[in-house]
Amino acid sequence: MLIYERESKGRSARAQYQPEQEITDLPAHCLRNERAGLPEVSELQVVRHYTNLSRKNFSIDGEFYPLGSCTMKYNPRGAHKAASIPGFLNRHPLAPERYSQGVLSCLYELQEYLKDITGMKAVSLTPMAGAQGEFAGVAMIRAYHNANNDFERTEILIPSAAHGTNPATGVMCGYKVREVDVTKDGDVDIDALKAAVGPQTAGLMMTNPSTCGVFERKVEEIAQIIHEAGGLLYYDGANLNAILGKVKPGDMGFDVLHMNLHKTFATPHGGGGPGSGPVGVGPRLEPFIPTPVVGKRSQNDADYYYWVDEKEIPGTIGNLSAFMGNAGILLRAYAYARLLGREGMHRVGEYATLNANYMARRLEQAGFQLAYSSRRATHEFIVTLSREARELGVNAMDFAKRLLDYGYHAPTTYFPLLIPECLLIEPTETESREEIDGFVDAMAMILREAKECPETVKGAPVTMPVKRLDDVKAARNLDLAWRES
Amino acid sequence: MAEFPDDLRYAETHEWVRVEDDGTLTIGISDYAQETLGDVVFVELPELDAEISAKGEVAVVESVKAASDIYAPVSGRVIEINPELEDTPEVVNESPFEKGWFFKMQPDDAEDVESLMDAAQYQKMCEEDH
Amino acid sequence: MPFVPHTLEDERAMFETIGVDSIESLFDEIPKKLRAGVLQDVPEGISEMELLRLMNERARQDEVDLCFIGAGAYEHHVPAAIWDLVGRGEFLTAYTPYQAEASQGLLQVIYEYQTMMSRLTAMEVSNASVYEGASALAEAVLMAVRANKKSKSRKVLCAGNVHPRYISTCRNIVTNQDIAVETVGWDDATGLVPPESFETWTGEDIAALVISWPNFFGGLDEVDRLTDWAHEQGALVIGVVNPMALSLLTPPGEWGQTGADIVVGEAQPLGIPLASGGPYLGLMCCKQAIVRQMPGRIIGRTEDLDGKEGFALTLQAREQHIRRAKATSNICTNQGLLVTAATIYMSLMGDAGMRAVASQSHNGMTRLLKRLTDIDGVTLRFQGPVFHEAAIRLPLPAVEVLTQMASEGILGGFDLGEVDESLSDCMLTNVTETKTDEDLDKFVRSLRRAVEG
Repeated sequence: MLIYERESKGRSARAQYQPEQEITDLPAHCLRNERAGLPEVSELQVVRHYTNLSRKNFSIDGEFYPLGSCTMKYNPRGAHKAASIPGFLNRHPLAPERYSQGVLSCLYELQEYLKDITGMKAVSLTPMAGAQGEFAGVAMIRAYHNANNDFERTEILIPSAAHGTNPATGVMCGYKVREVDVTKDGDVDIDALKAAVGPQTAGLMMTNPSTCGVFERKVEEIAQIIHEAGGLLYYDGANLNAILGKVKPGDMGFDVLHMNLHKTFATPHGGGGPGSGPVGVGPRLEPFIPTPVVGKRSQNDADYYYWVDEKEIPGTIGNLSAFMGNAGILLRAYAYARLLGREGMHRVGEYATLNANYMARRLEQAGFQLAYSSRRATHEFIVTLSREARELGVNAMDFAKRLLDYGYHAPTTYFPLLIPECLLIEPTETESREEIDGFVDAMAMILREAKECPETVKGAPVTMPVKRLDDVKAARNLDLAWRES
Repeated sequence: MAEFPDDLRYAETHEWVRVEDDGTLTIGISDYAQETLGDVVFVELPELDAEISAKGEVAVVESVKAASDIYAPVSGRVIEINPELEDTPEVVNESPFEKGWFFKMQPDDAEDVESLMDAAQYQKMCEEDH
Repeated sequence: MPFVPHTLEDERAMFETIGVDSIESLFDEIPKKLRAGVLQDVPEGISEMELLRLMNERARQDEVDLCFIGAGAYEHHVPAAIWDLVGRGEFLTAYTPYQAEASQGLLQVIYEYQTMMSRLTAMEVSNASVYEGASALAEAVLMAVRANKKSKSRKVLCAGNVHPRYISTCRNIVTNQDIAVETVGWDDATGLVPPESFETWTGEDIAALVISWPNFFGGLDEVDRLTDWAHEQGALVIGVVNPMALSLLTPPGEWGQTGADIVVGEAQPLGIPLASGGPYLGLMCCKQAIVRQMPGRIIGRTEDLDGKEGFALTLQAREQHIRRAKATSNICTNQGLLVTAATIYMSLMGDAGMRAVASQSHNGMTRLLKRLTDIDGVTLRFQGPVFHEAAIRLPLPAVEVLTQMASEGILGGFDLGEVDESLSDCMLTNVTETKTDEDLDKFVRSLRRAVEG
């Protein structure tokens, strides 16, 4: 039932406002003639409606959510609370620096931590999501080549297993995208890379560990090939959780990267956003970093934090939003970093990797096929169900839907595209052995069902508020806004 | 099993071409292509009178989970588009070779059609693909 | 290891299952020399209690008594119910609704949001939101260039009184695709862009025209004439709006003969705290005819196998995860959490509540302006009507006045000299329903002291 279907004319949450006032100083042609048509409901109706809607969601707080490539780890409530202190919530984005030292000091320190963790020379916190971080990174690569009067570089190379955002970003930055094949072991095909690289290469975008759930062993050789051709190397930080505290992207030869703080730094995903996608750069791209960043100087024997803008960074690719980015998310990430500290930070990649390898091995023992069984899993791994699809007629989507009935959010399905019938599974470091065991048991049970009563699996889910939805109807008969019938 | 009518020509990118009596060409996507794609939910057609060149992108066909480009099998000019596809894209699934045609064109050179595959060659390609 | 649950016994059992003797062996595929050393710059971990104490101390440094800065972010009352509801783990810690059956709550919220937003703007379609207002404008410009099939041009005209940071953000993003954003200057007396000044471009191939409602200075341009002119040129019209204002002002779907084609704006005023600039909420609406060029997530209402109503992501073939290099944008995010907040805000307030808030904000501004201009040398910079925000000219550089007022705990406005040197004696000041007459008195007294010394 929609909120509109609960309304009664004349109702509203009257505690929330004083009566409307007459406007006498605006010309009539500027004024709206008819009311917009927002719901007319009481405060209790609103509270009850949205409370009940929230119950129709899976979430990390409620369920194990091993969504590969999304790092659905526990979001500490303490970090959420720390970022929700009134002094932070009420600060206007254009408040003068003198009245902003609290938030600026947190952001400055976060920049310093991220520099250390990634091994980069400078960090800008301003991109608002991973995709915007990618945009900023590739725009900097373009700015760098332009500054060298090198306008022949028109192509970005991307391994074929990459997230769709990578090619989409390349195009947004005005590049042609050329995909490079991946070998059967999940590494970039070095021969294909050598054949693709040339004077037209602006750079390579790479995720490491890759979306295949394995560490790219030849990363140094790849870096060398790209750099010798005059290109730059972009690190997509989607999988940074796998190596947090273990390997620094800067040490692998990357010139620029973005981080997904909503993944690696445990800020809430919020139903698809907000995110936060800071970028880090090596020395070559430092002159182009997006603004603003936070600087620190000594003033009256005390630290004074200030905004660094295009006056100090004349080559900057500029601002990417009206203000500084998703400050509230950055504060959560800062709080998370403080809670973890140095030791905790080193452990993230370790235990994320331990959980993934344990889970992969247990699933293998339960009869499932791993896509890269000869490789170590990183923080995630791929199960392929092509055998089950072929022999039992039960595919990856069916397994995913049936998992919901067992109370587990499904892993990522049908990604990466090059592995047929795949589930990309990422348990994260915050899940316990019991939770992982429970998931494996559910998968084993579904496999049994698939053999004994495949219709049960193909008809799943049956315990959710709705059964499988008609996507075709949704796309053919677009109904994107409610209209009174 | 997908059908491969003998009286049509086929491109590697799964378009079929019918040479009409007046020398114009009718273009659609093959039965094999519509099966692979699944339920078609939208078709973006070329503009009328557009000059199109062989292997250039001219249309897009969307299913729920995929979007595929449609390429011009030969060079020429678009002379008619199928108005039914806007409201009932499902005819591409139901009747790929008849009601589900995409557009008609006047080829620059009638001979160009000869470079396309015949039904047997195309069927072989699809089977190898599978 | 505050959030890692493993006991020694767990680790031992897990090692045994995997067949290794330590965690270290799991990293044996990574070349040794790439291993990180100690993270010197990250401090030792602290407890939650210590964290909250530290953060409370930091936040206290940023507190002020009264804030009259607007300039794209507005302090409105945020009903208590909103963030209590949004803070529920089921909203806070869910992700993009890839598994529709396990995400019906969020999907329905977004569908309701799309309904409310399209009604507020009087547009046919809304998406599930983008990051925030300025980058939303960039997406709108890219969309317009794609959608305007009649235009071969990669040129977009933009009223010069659109928020300057929106213009720069837009340029920073779209220049990479060789799209030029040309600005049209504002009139020195009114701050508006005179429709006559567009005559220079009559007959030129332009993909789109961007207009702001209200404009950056709070002023109200002749949107009907500008819309009709743009449409006569074959250009699409992009409206940049404040959704709070739209409860009172003509919605962009009704501008001119046929309305704006794409509408974007910052929905922060709808229940979202100022929070230093984000996370905010970029609204984006359009005419149905061009919905396939819209970036971002879109939710549709459909049925399940049993014919029961349900909600799902739709038109996904536009998006990066399917269309890759040919996607409408690289964007994945919709601001789900902020969408939820804004939806609850609009539900609580209804038309009556939003009109009340908008009218009180506006009349508060009018009252403040009357009293301010009693001070010697203080005048309105521009003639003409404004909505809840105005440029005020001062007898001193604005930065001096604002610094003095801030020392008394009042952030009096935004120094317009920061965006335009010719306006360095002006501040942009906003009043919302949160300001009482007593607050306005404090503002006037403080300003008087700053100006009169």
